[in-house]
Amino acid sequence: MSNNVNTAVEEVQEIHMHRDDFGSKMGMWLFLFTEVLLFGGLFILYAAYRYIYPEAFVVASGELDVFMGGINTVILLTSSLTVVLGIVALQKGNKKLCLSFLWITVFCGIVFLVNKYFEWGAKFHHGIYPKGPALQDMSEGEVMYFGLYYVMTGLHGLHIIVGLAFIGFVMWQIKRNILTADNFQRLENAGLYWHLVDIIWIFLFPLFYLIH
Amino acid sequence: MANGTIAAHGTAEVDFYHVKSKHKGLLAWLLTTDHKRIGIMYLSCMTVFFLTAMTFGVLMRLEMLTPGMTIMTAQTYNSLFTLHGVIMIFLFIIPGIPAVFGNFFLPIQIGAMDVQFPRLNLLSWYLYIIGGGLAIFSLFGGGGWVDTGWTFYVPYSVRTTTNVSLSVFAAFVLGFSSILTGLNFITTIHRLRCPGMTFFRMPLFIWSIYATSWIQVLATPVIGITLVLIILERAFGIGVFDPTLGGDPILYQHLFWIYSHPAVYIMILPAMGVVSEIIPTFARKPIFGYVPIAISSLAIALVGYLVWGHHMFSSGISDTSRVIFSLLTFIVALPSGIKVFNWVATLYKGSIVMSAPMLYAMLFIFIFSIGGLTGLVLGALNTDLHVTDTYYVVAHFHYVMFGGMGIIFFASVHYWFPKMFGKMYNEKMAKVAAIIIGVGFNVLYFPMFIMGYMGMPRRYYDYLPEFQIYHLISTVGSWILVSGILIMIANLLSGLRNGSKASSNPWEGTTLEWTVPSPPPLLNFDKIPTVDHGPYEHPEIARRKEEESK
Repeated sequence: MSNNVNTAVEEVQEIHMHRDDFGSKMGMWLFLFTEVLLFGGLFILYAAYRYIYPEAFVVASGELDVFMGGINTVILLTSSLTVVLGIVALQKGNKKLCLSFLWITVFCGIVFLVNKYFEWGAKFHHGIYPKGPALQDMSEGEVMYFGLYYVMTGLHGLHIIVGLAFIGFVMWQIKRNILTADNFQRLENAGLYWHLVDIIWIFLFPLFYLIH
Repeated sequence: MANGTIAAHGTAEVDFYHVKSKHKGLLAWLLTTDHKRIGIMYLSCMTVFFLTAMTFGVLMRLEMLTPGMTIMTAQTYNSLFTLHGVIMIFLFIIPGIPAVFGNFFLPIQIGAMDVQFPRLNLLSWYLYIIGGGLAIFSLFGGGGWVDTGWTFYVPYSVRTTTNVSLSVFAAFVLGFSSILTGLNFITTIHRLRCPGMTFFRMPLFIWSIYATSWIQVLATPVIGITLVLIILERAFGIGVFDPTLGGDPILYQHLFWIYSHPAVYIMILPAMGVVSEIIPTFARKPIFGYVPIAISSLAIALVGYLVWGHHMFSSGISDTSRVIFSLLTFIVALPSGIKVFNWVATLYKGSIVMSAPMLYAMLFIFIFSIGGLTGLVLGALNTDLHVTDTYYVVAHFHYVMFGGMGIIFFASVHYWFPKMFGKMYNEKMAKVAAIIIGVGFNVLYFPMFIMGYMGMPRRYYDYLPEFQIYHLISTVGSWILVSGILIMIANLLSGLRNGSKASSNPWEGTTLEWTVPSPPPLLNFDKIPTVDHGPYEHPEIARRKEEESK
C-alpha cells in the first residue's frame, strides 16, 4: 500500500516535470502576446495625444538626441542577433560559444541601460521631468509627450532588466548543463522574450526620436 | 462504460487528500502543484472574500433603509460600495469559476493528470492571495478606505487622498494572476487532451473555459497598464489622464472598459459552461445543439471585446461611435440567446430530475434572462440616457453578475461537491436554501429596476422620501437572501462533516470526472483514458441507438 503511494508520488513528480517543448513555447508566445497588449494600451494613448497635439510632439521630439537613440537601436539589434547565434551554438552542442554569445547580449543590454541613464539624467538636469521646472513652462502637448516618453521608455527599460535576469538565469542553467543541445527550449524562450523587448524598442525609437 | 471502470480500480486507490507528499501538514498544501489542491485552496479563500463583501453589501442595504443617516456616515458608505465592488469583482466574480472549478475539473474533464504548467498554477494562486491581501491591507494603511467606486475613474481617483494606489496595485497583481491562469488553461487544452478527445468531444464547460482564458489573456494586460498609469499619475503627476495638464480623462474610461467589458464575459462564460454541464446531466439527455453552444462561447468572447463603448454613452463620445457600439451590443446578445434556447430545448422531453444543482440552473435561466433583456434597454441609446447611472443599472448588473455567475457558483459547488469532497450534502436543505435565495434575490434587486426607472441615482447616500418604499423592500430582500446563503453554507459544511459517502457518479453524469473515484486520486486516472464518443452520450441511449441500428 505505502509502496504504491511512494511510486505514485515519484510518478507525479515525473508527470509534473514532464517535458513538452512545444507546449512551453506556446505558453511563452501567449505571454508575449500579453506583453504586446500591455504596451498596446500605451501606444493607444500615444496615438490619441499625437492626434490632439501634432505640433507640440514635433517640438518636444527635438529635445531628444537622435544619435544616442540610434546607437541604442544598433546595440539592441546586435544583442538580438547574438541571442539567436547563442541558441544555434547550443543546438550544435557548443556550450562555450553559446555562453560567449549570451555574454555579448548581456553586455549590450547593460550598455543600453547605461545610455538610457545618461539620456534621462540629462533631461532631469534640464528640469524636464513631470512637475519639473522646465516642463511646467512647456505647452500641454509637450507635457503629454514627455509623460509618455518617461512611462514608455521606463517600462521598456524595466523589461530590459527582466530580460537580462531571464538570460542570466538561463546562462547559469547552461553552465550547470541543465540546458543542453537537446533541451534548449528555455533558452529559446528567453531569446523570444529578448526579441520582444527589441521589437518594442523598434517602435519606440521612431515614434519618439524620428518625428518631423 | 463508466461504471465498469470504477469497479475496476474501485476504492483501493488513495484519494488526493490522503496521499503522502514530500511536505507535511499545511506545507503539503502551500507547496502543492496538484491542480485539485490548488482548486480547493482557491475555494476556501474565495469563500472568505465573498462573505466579507457580502457583509459590506448587507450593511449598505441597511444604511439605505431610511433617508439620511441610518447607521454610517456618507464617507463610510462611499468606501463600502467601493470595497464591495472591488472584492466581489476582482476577488470573487472574475476568478471564481475558472480558478476553483476550472482548476479542479479542467484536467480531469479532458483526461489529463494536471495542467500544463503546474508550478505556474501555484504561482497564480500566490499572486491571487497577495493581491487579495493588499486589497484588504489598503483598508488600514494610508489615507483611509478607498472611496472611488470599483472603476477608479479619473480625475477623482488621482485627487482623492484615500489609499487608491495600493488598491489599484492589488488589482494589478490580481490581473497578473488572471493572465497566468488563462495562459495555463489555453496551453493545457491544446496540449493535454487525452487520446480521442477532439475539440468537439470536449465538455462544454471546457469550451467556455477556453473562450474565457482567451479573454483573460487578451484583455487583462490593458487594464494592467491603465492601473499602473493611475499609480504613476498619483506618484509623479505625469499628466496623461489629468485635464489640468492637457490629459484626457475619457481616455482612461476607454482603456478601463477595453478590459472591463470583456471581463464581464470572463465572469459569465464559465457560468454558462457549468449550466451546459448540469442541464444534460439532470435532464438525462445529450445537450441540444452542442456545436452552436460551443461556438457561441467563442463568439461572445470575440464580439464582447468590441462593445466597451456602451459604458460611455453618456460620457462624451461621438454619435457615430455610439451608434456602432450600440449595434455591437445588440449583436452580443445573440450568442447568449442561442445558449438559452439550446438549454431550454435540451429540457424538452427530457427525464428531468429537479435536484439542487438543477434548481440553481433553472433559477439562473430565469434571472439571467431578466438581466439580459434589461441589458438591451441599457444598450439602446435613447433609453440608456434615461436610466444611466441609476439603480436600473445596479439592478441590471446584479441580475447578470450575481444572478449569473454567483448563482451558478452555488450550483457548481452543489454539482461537484460529491466529487471534490467525497461526501453528500442534505438534498432537502439544499433545495430549501436555493428557493430562499431565489426569492430573496428577486425581492432585493427587482425594486431597484423600478426606482432606477423613476430616477433614483446609483451610489447616492441619501434619497427623496418617495423612494423609501422600494429601498425598504430591497433591504428586506437582502435579509432573505443572506439567510438563504447562510443556510446553504451551513448545509454544505454539515455535509462535509457528517455527509454520507458519495459514490463516484451520484448524478449519473457522463463526462470524464464521473469515471474516477470521489474524491479523485492524486493522478486523476490509473491510466490516461481514451475517448470515442461525445461528452453527453448516456450509455443507455448509446446502447439503444446501437440496438436500433441493428
